[in-house]
Amino acid sequence: MTHPAHHAELREQLEGLYRAESRRVLATLVRLLGDLDLAEEALQDAFAAAMEQWRRDGIPVNPRSWLISTGRFRAIDRLRRRARFDALLGELAAQLDGQAPDPAEQADELLEDDRLRLIFTCCHPALSPDAQVAMTLREVCGLTTEEIARAFLTAPPTVAQRIVRAKAKIRDARIPYEVPSPAELPHRLEPVLRVVYLIFTEGYAPAAGDAVIRADLADEAIRLGRLLVDLLPEPEPEVLGLLALLLLQNSRRAARATADGELVLLPDQDRSLWDRDQITEAAGLLRRASASGRIGPYTLQAAIAAAHAEAPTAEATDWDRIVRMYDLLTRADPSPVIELNRAVAVAMRDGPVAGLALIDGILVRGQLDTYPLAHAARADLLRRLGQIAEARAAYQRALALSRQEPQRRFLGRRLRELGRPAGEDA
Amino acid sequence: MKYLCLVYADEAKLNALPQDQVDALIDETMATNEELAAGGHLILTEALEQVASATTVRVRDGRLSATDGPFTETNEQLGGFWLIEARDLNEAIRIAGRLPSASIGAVEIRPVIDLLRERSPR
Repeated sequence: MTHPAHHAELREQLEGLYRAESRRVLATLVRLLGDLDLAEEALQDAFAAAMEQWRRDGIPVNPRSWLISTGRFRAIDRLRRRARFDALLGELAAQLDGQAPDPAEQADELLEDDRLRLIFTCCHPALSPDAQVAMTLREVCGLTTEEIARAFLTAPPTVAQRIVRAKAKIRDARIPYEVPSPAELPHRLEPVLRVVYLIFTEGYAPAAGDAVIRADLADEAIRLGRLLVDLLPEPEPEVLGLLALLLLQNSRRAARATADGELVLLPDQDRSLWDRDQITEAAGLLRRASASGRIGPYTLQAAIAAAHAEAPTAEATDWDRIVRMYDLLTRADPSPVIELNRAVAVAMRDGPVAGLALIDGILVRGQLDTYPLAHAARADLLRRLGQIAEARAAYQRALALSRQEPQRRFLGRRLRELGRPAGEDA
Repeated sequence: MKYLCLVYADEAKLNALPQDQVDALIDETMATNEELAAGGHLILTEALEQVASATTVRVRDGRLSATDGPFTETNEQLGGFWLIEARDLNEAIRIAGRLPSASIGAVEIRPVIDLLRERSPR
């Protein structure tokens, strides 16, 4: 035991412990207690008890197992008190008390599995996609309902309702607290990876919303990606590919906007600002993913991002390699947005005319007609071809569709750079 | 825990199946039912006549009305059910996935509640 000298010192240590350990403690309490709400109450009770008792008795050698044991006992107490109104809760309390496993003696492996159990429960395919995201941020990442609402520009009651409904479904339909079997893992991983990627893009996209919370979201997504890579016995190649993709995109964070928040496109970014540690880590993950021979969409997107990261200058980019990877990607995961990105890469390799023909082909099908970046990409190619009037019309169309402030300012700048249309006075 | 698996499929598509495929579907279903029964999962299963034979009954203000047709018109129709016993939703999903009907239509899984537990104490 160590004795903190001051009240303030203990509070600080407990806050640090809460940040580092509260999600692990929660994950294990959910398994021990079999109920998310009960586990959350038990978690708060355990930290409140720590504040009282550790001041008197000092900090225990293994704070995590102390918190788990205490949380569990407090939950049994709570059930006993409520049992006066509901006999079934009394039975449940007795049952839980009878199990009496000492969490301190449980293998670390079991406790680590609890964190995976929590992720797979929150991302269960029987929950709606919105609920999966909200539950993961709330339970696995520990964000408050208000923080989730602010990040996703949703009203807090909407987020709260999603969480309440999801918990009710977990309870009523009896969604189990378990890591899927190896046979089921690939299809159960799909929503988990989708949720992690969505949390990242929500945090990374230069959209409106609270900038600090949004950067936190990107970090949370990377933490989740790491957790999956570290905890899954044999991580699927796509788990490695996703983490590589997140790290590569995040490595450009400092370069993608000026100090006053103006968007800087990839070719214009100061590459010395790219985070080399993240790029190196991603390269290692990408090698592991590629070695499997089963290459999925996340790994392919990471490989494309890596091709950019490896180019010392924008001019030195290996566009042929990037186009070939987009070819694979359009087959693995066909989508008009991927086709658009491929068209831009083709324009870089073969010239604006070739790219423009592809973009016009996509727009003719009507799928991306309201997607601002499709018109912005088209405008850029027209500008390079010297078709200024058409470029202006395309930028204006993109501007009319864009809802993101930094993107709107960027498009406005491009429009001004084209100069005034002929025949128009100052 | 009990779950009710409701099977929905497009009757028009089922009616268009050639007889040998209908026979195969019935054989597979019987075999699956035997496996589920042997595993202690099957409580009750029945296939239903087509919705054209459905009658919907309501009692309002003490007056009974019986009308022709199902409760709601849908693109895919309720064609049968399995009442199963499963440990949790994941096991129920695995069982539903084994039903031959899942390859033709869709299986809706509904947890069964204990009415007595829902009632406040007398």
